[in-house]
Amino acid sequence: MHPVLKTVLQRLGLGLLTLFVVSVVIFASLEMLPGGFAEAILGQGATPETVAAFNHQVGLDRPATVRYVEWIWNILHGDFGYSYAGMGGSIKRSVSELIAPRLYNTFFLAIMTAIVAVPLSLFLGILAALYRNSWYDRIVNTVTLTTIATPEFFIAYLLMFFFAIRHRWFYSLSTVSDSTPFLEHIYRAALPALTLTLVIVAHMMRMTRASLINLLASPYMEMAQLKGVPRREAIIKHALPNAWAPIATVIAFNLAYLVVGVVVVEVVYVYPGIGQLMVDSVSSRDMPVVQACALIFAATYILLNLSADIVSIVTNPRLLHPK
Amino acid sequence: MSEFQMKLKAAEKAVGLGKLSRRDFIQFVMASGVTLAAAQAMFSRAARAEPKKGGTFKAAIGHGQTTDSLDPATWSNGFTFAWGKSVMGAPLVQINQKNEVVPHVAESLEPTDGAKKWVVKLRKGITFHNGKPLTADDVVATINYHIGPDSKSPAKGVLSNLTAVKADGPDTVIFELSGGNADFPYLLSDYHLAMYPSEGGKIQWDKGIGAGPYILKSFEPGVKMTAERNPNYFGDTNFDAIELLSIIDVAARTNAYLSGEVHFIDRADLKTIDMLKNAPDTSLYNVSGTALYSAPMLVDQAPFDKLEVRQALKWAINRQELVDKILYGYGSAGNDNMLAPSLKYAIQPEPVYSYDPEKAKALLKKAGMENLKVDLSASDAAFPGGVDAALLMAEQAKAAGIEINVVREPNDSYWDNVWLKKPWSLCYWGGRPTADSFLSISMAADAAWNDTHWKNPRFNELLVAARAETDEAKRQAMYAECQQLMHDDGGQTVLLFNNYVGALNNAVGHGDFNTDFDHDGGYMYERWWLA
Repeated sequence: MHPVLKTVLQRLGLGLLTLFVVSVVIFASLEMLPGGFAEAILGQGATPETVAAFNHQVGLDRPATVRYVEWIWNILHGDFGYSYAGMGGSIKRSVSELIAPRLYNTFFLAIMTAIVAVPLSLFLGILAALYRNSWYDRIVNTVTLTTIATPEFFIAYLLMFFFAIRHRWFYSLSTVSDSTPFLEHIYRAALPALTLTLVIVAHMMRMTRASLINLLASPYMEMAQLKGVPRREAIIKHALPNAWAPIATVIAFNLAYLVVGVVVVEVVYVYPGIGQLMVDSVSSRDMPVVQACALIFAATYILLNLSADIVSIVTNPRLLHPK
Repeated sequence: MSEFQMKLKAAEKAVGLGKLSRRDFIQFVMASGVTLAAAQAMFSRAARAEPKKGGTFKAAIGHGQTTDSLDPATWSNGFTFAWGKSVMGAPLVQINQKNEVVPHVAESLEPTDGAKKWVVKLRKGITFHNGKPLTADDVVATINYHIGPDSKSPAKGVLSNLTAVKADGPDTVIFELSGGNADFPYLLSDYHLAMYPSEGGKIQWDKGIGAGPYILKSFEPGVKMTAERNPNYFGDTNFDAIELLSIIDVAARTNAYLSGEVHFIDRADLKTIDMLKNAPDTSLYNVSGTALYSAPMLVDQAPFDKLEVRQALKWAINRQELVDKILYGYGSAGNDNMLAPSLKYAIQPEPVYSYDPEKAKALLKKAGMENLKVDLSASDAAFPGGVDAALLMAEQAKAAGIEINVVREPNDSYWDNVWLKKPWSLCYWGGRPTADSFLSISMAADAAWNDTHWKNPRFNELLVAARAETDEAKRQAMYAECQQLMHDDGGQTVLLFNNYVGALNNAVGHGDFNTDFDHDGGYMYERWWLA
């Protein structure tokens, strides 16, 4: 079997195992939360009788193990179950139906940000390695460090203040829906994407710079220099291929953040992404939705890490062609 | 009124109706010596003063969840509650700016048999959004949906005295109560009780089809809802379309307002209200309502079983300071009377509990309880700023020699595990339209939410008697005595009445505001207009 394929299969198997463990952890920790859906919905009106009626209706009066097995069994069949909300009425809302548009919005924003942020940080990082310790290097470092050290909601408010309130170039609200045209979606999501770009560029850019500089000191780079390869070409042709592994890891890490960690930015811009849905569901104890979101987040991490690993194998001949 | 004033009034009216141009109006008033700036201001004011049709009204609401649904039995937050009042729904009655009942889907409501039986005649010619005419059967089905045995609707508690509802012909409905209630029409204004079309005695709410001023266009739970004017609405409304956004984060809500994306935001951030107030073209929506923040003591638990202890604590709290520091002045001090001054029959019981540590000390000495130590369970779940309020109360009570130990309780499950269970806690009440409905759920001996366990026989006797009393003067006297009893003897510490504070763009015209709920009593979508 080809070693790459073998590794991928191995990793996928491990990933499934991880997902299983994660599902247990999610389920157990949600069980431990105080209060329940009935209490959250009924508020002051939560009398023991109404709570019991609610719990019976959504099946919460059965033992946790039974509910877990049922849940995981249904997921294996592609059914995430139904949201607790609306259980009383005639229309049940399936979790997948609830999550799908939110997930689309989240991926939209993540991809939009990644398209800008990844090339930008690679470009800035390579230039910074090329002109190490120059004024350019210092300025890029300082600026990106400042943006990563500033809380994201603060960056968001600053951008909003200048670009949406002072000069009304962009919308301060990024509420989009199914009926929003594609271009308007991009326009509406511009400020959140800019905010996220500012937050993640530093990490990727510094990793690119650091791994390149690390390699510049190695003997084969010296060799390249001695045989007369121009500095720029030496970096792109000789150093970069060897630097891909750590850079890919950092990029994967940041892309995962774009999917799972942007709830603060979503709240500030009122962007209907999946992070908001999850927080909302936690506070209303809509467990099926929370569980599904958590599983999706875990799967995102596992898949992105897997792709980072594949990139490092493919770009490293030693791993690609073992003896 | 001078001749000029009369002419001015007529001119203003003409402007409001769009019959007099800006130029003509300004020329007219300037001819009588008014400056240009003043004349322009007068024009914009006049142009807003008369309702105009058209435009899309956009509001950002500080509530709304992904669990929201079109099911009227589940409406409970600021995003959904107005749907039944002035969006898709039309209830039997509305409440006007003076807190009086006005028939709406109903044409008349007549009590018989000592207010135990109410005969409701329906307005003729009302149709639902799908064209189906509204009949007495729809009304009966709607009410039964809420009071049925497996209903989880909050309206079930509101209508707990309703024993039967029957159709009598196509446009008459008869409500039978277990006891007389002169306020029964007020209860029908509840926002859950919007009329829905029925089939075979079951109502159909799943498409949002009601008889109200707006037809539902789109609804994304926790995000947004849009609706368009119902051309066949039997009442009067102004906007062509409305758009409601759910923005929980107060800073995001404020930004949405400042960047001009919405005309109105509710629940403005009081910390920055002075800056918001000075934003261009902005008026504050500042209405003193019936909602209140309280600190109920369980009067059957030590030390609150002693009257002197309760009274000493009442004197040891500086409520005005709480208003100033917790609400930044946007509210008014409570006086241990649950009824807000704007409610009918409300009185201001004497003596007013102002801050008097010496009196508190004297009372404790009389009871032999000097150096009183009590726990106060607090959380921001009870009301925003709850923990701060409790700490402030602890500081104030020190002067009276009382040590209040503030116990910070978790926000989650506050209503299950703390309120109604801990001897002294914090609580929030949304207020109710009538003295009877409010006191019945919060202070009556057998009320599930009697959060002081106060069971004063005289108070309960009066409460029942006043409910069925149709003689206004007698009723007033009974409620006055109720309020005095609750003020003197009860365990309820009413800390303050909070105002509803929001920001409203000057492009929106409106009349006087309702005080019973936020959002102009829930009627803003129907009553406001864009000038």
